[in-house]
Amino acid sequence: MLAQQIVNAISLGGVYALFALGFTLVFGVLNVVNLAHGAIFMLGAYAALQTVLQLRLPLLASVFVAMLITGAAGWLVDYLIFAPLRARKAPHLAPLIATIGLAIVLTSLVEGYFGPANLRFPLEVLPVETLSIGAARITWLEVRIIFLAFLLMGVLLWGLKKTRVGCALRALAESPKAAALLGVDVEGLFRVTSMIAAVLGGVAGVLIALYTNAVFPHMGQSMLHKGIAVVILGGMGDIRGALLGGFFLGFAEVFSVAYIGSTMRDAVAFGLLFAILLLRPQGLFGKAAQRRA
Amino acid sequence: MELLESFWATYSTLVLSVGTNVLLALSIYLTLACGLLTVGNAAFMGIGAYTAALFTLKTSTPFVFALLLGALLPALVALAIGRPTLRLSGVYLAMATLAFGEIVRILILNAENLTGGALGLNAIPQLTDAFEVALAIAITLYILLRLAASRIGLIMAAICQDETATDLMGLNVPAYKLFVFVLGAAIAGLAGGLNAHFTFFISPNEYGFERGVEILAMGVLGGAGSPWGAVIGAVLITLLPEILRGLGHYRPLINGVILIVIIIYSPRGIWDLLRSLRWSARARAAN
Amino acid sequence: MLTLSSISKNFAGLQVLHEVSLAVPERGIFGLIGPNGAGKTTVFNLITGLLMPTAGTIEFFGQRLDGMAPHRVTRSGIARTFQNIRVFKEMTLLENVLVAMGDRARFSMLGVLLPLLAYRDAERRERQAACELLSRVGLLDKANFFAGTLSYGEQRRLEIARALATQPKLLLLDEPAAGMNSVEKQQLMDEIVKLGNANLSILIIDHDMRFIMGLCEQIAVLNFGRLIARGTPDEIRADPGVIEAYLGRDHAPEPVIQP
Repeated sequence: MLAQQIVNAISLGGVYALFALGFTLVFGVLNVVNLAHGAIFMLGAYAALQTVLQLRLPLLASVFVAMLITGAAGWLVDYLIFAPLRARKAPHLAPLIATIGLAIVLTSLVEGYFGPANLRFPLEVLPVETLSIGAARITWLEVRIIFLAFLLMGVLLWGLKKTRVGCALRALAESPKAAALLGVDVEGLFRVTSMIAAVLGGVAGVLIALYTNAVFPHMGQSMLHKGIAVVILGGMGDIRGALLGGFFLGFAEVFSVAYIGSTMRDAVAFGLLFAILLLRPQGLFGKAAQRRA
Repeated sequence: MELLESFWATYSTLVLSVGTNVLLALSIYLTLACGLLTVGNAAFMGIGAYTAALFTLKTSTPFVFALLLGALLPALVALAIGRPTLRLSGVYLAMATLAFGEIVRILILNAENLTGGALGLNAIPQLTDAFEVALAIAITLYILLRLAASRIGLIMAAICQDETATDLMGLNVPAYKLFVFVLGAAIAGLAGGLNAHFTFFISPNEYGFERGVEILAMGVLGGAGSPWGAVIGAVLITLLPEILRGLGHYRPLINGVILIVIIIYSPRGIWDLLRSLRWSARARAAN
Repeated sequence: MLTLSSISKNFAGLQVLHEVSLAVPERGIFGLIGPNGAGKTTVFNLITGLLMPTAGTIEFFGQRLDGMAPHRVTRSGIARTFQNIRVFKEMTLLENVLVAMGDRARFSMLGVLLPLLAYRDAERRERQAACELLSRVGLLDKANFFAGTLSYGEQRRLEIARALATQPKLLLLDEPAAGMNSVEKQQLMDEIVKLGNANLSILIIDHDMRFIMGLCEQIAVLNFGRLIARGTPDEIRADPGVIEAYLGRDHAPEPVIQP
């Protein structure tokens, strides 16, 4: 039983970490809190679902389609919202407010077009075979979810460390002005970051949609709140923090459901969020600390 | 007289909605004027709505007292969470209040015995009338306008621009922020109580993210410059979807678009836009 | 009046101040100098409550200051200006000073809500006092201008007026002459001398030696977070440690070929 819970926690945690990575990437590099990240997550899920339903493509293809669509969405978000705000030297909180507006626009559009009801993947598409590892039985689906989540995170981390783009991104996160002086294409990179973050969020959406077999317009909302909790727990703008925070939340949720009950499951994330915000706002590894004697 | 009566028969809900939205916009204007981005007023509205409704449904409390209790409870909650929460700045405060809103919604959802859970509260007595709403608005506007014109208003503007400098001038900034936060919560709770008593039915989803966005949109549209801006913002946001031929269903979409457009192109809100239009008109006239 | 006893401050491992002890008596003008990064502004931040010392105590008229909230520190009689000017740019000069006069009118909520005569009188008296302060720094004619439209030197004077509005017993001036030309500096020096005569103790941080030497009766010198000298301007000028801190020791090697 315990082994089972651990596997659940790893898959859930992996997806949370993936989502949180996108969120924290945008904060770290663009210095913006993108509250539309949940809506993009939701777009990814719908994109994958519709690919399977309308285009009758296999699951893997649908993941790619979701990546394309959310990548484009990420590009658009920077182009239409973040870039104009940067150009106007908008106040610090303006992007946050604008993304709140964007989140609801996207959610309303999806709800208007696809309806508010819970949609499901056709059961034939979902792999049902299970696998026994010791005392745990995991489905192939879970295996694929874990694999994909870890693969993407691995690629991201490798990219940040080893590629030139990754290096430029890290420089940008430290100081946009210095990076610009070193010849880094700041605007272009901001756009690329927004895209990468959206792709991560979109894939997280597909994975959660498969895991719970539920796709509905407001699914981004609760995910966003959890993403916020993870990122604050791990520290805003910190990659390690997003990873550890994601797994921490995954474990906390799975084990509290197992031992306390499922009604308060969402409350776990919030309880943690509130506790961290009040006790240590910079999180475990965060950069921006509070100025107070 | 007959014209008025038939107008009222069709549009009473709309007019009363404009009224409660004005109160909600005023509640967020107050915190925005201090430079605080708090997104939790929808939750305070919900607490006020449930409190007032439960009192009128389950006990024989007079309406006015139920409303006052509906304003008091959110104020107490704000007092309790305010001190630690308001130490947070900028984005952290926004996220904390966002999370707070969700927590309240979950709590209401789970407290089934008291609140009816997901099914909400039904058959709330239709006690709200234009008189109560108008009175509430008049009193709130008076208080806020007096505050804005007084030293306190000046201090709030100072806090908005530079908290540390204000603090160093001997002013207890945390206390001012708490005051504004609690007052905003009370006003939002009052709006909730009034709203519950003309919508007949309330549920936790009424006070969730969409409501929060609407309140924020009203506040941002109106701008933090003056309480009148909030009034204008509320009226526009409530009426616009109706005026544009039955786009009422798309209310959240419209609010979202307004929020985005205003923040990018006129971040100080519509009040500021009007002012700059007046100035440029005057400048052109002078030439 | 103000005593710093063995104040140390470190920021996550970086020791910024090391056992600094300083005493500022009740009247007069004092200077705090040192090379960049010596920790001078940190001392101000510690005194005004923006930071807490890692070790040591600060006392003001016998009362412990360390750990007090900044607004309480100001209320107990210490006011400061900032190195990077922090006036409220979008408010008028008069409003800037009025904010500094703050709660002191002891107006009540009732007075705000109902335009009572007593409240209006108090408000009028405060406006007068604010105007007097502005004329003291020579800015009365611009009382209704937005602070953001002022020149740099004028903004500095506004900051001083604002600081005075809190009726301090000790005034901390952080680089008050920065960005001023020599004429403005001379005017500032005269104003500070006038202030010093008026029952106020002033502690100044600055880089301009002539400014400091010309104004201060006692000077303390910080270097790398330590107090290295204390005394009258003449004593400081001659102090070898101070000279070394600013100019460095003569390390020039002996020439290979004798001239």
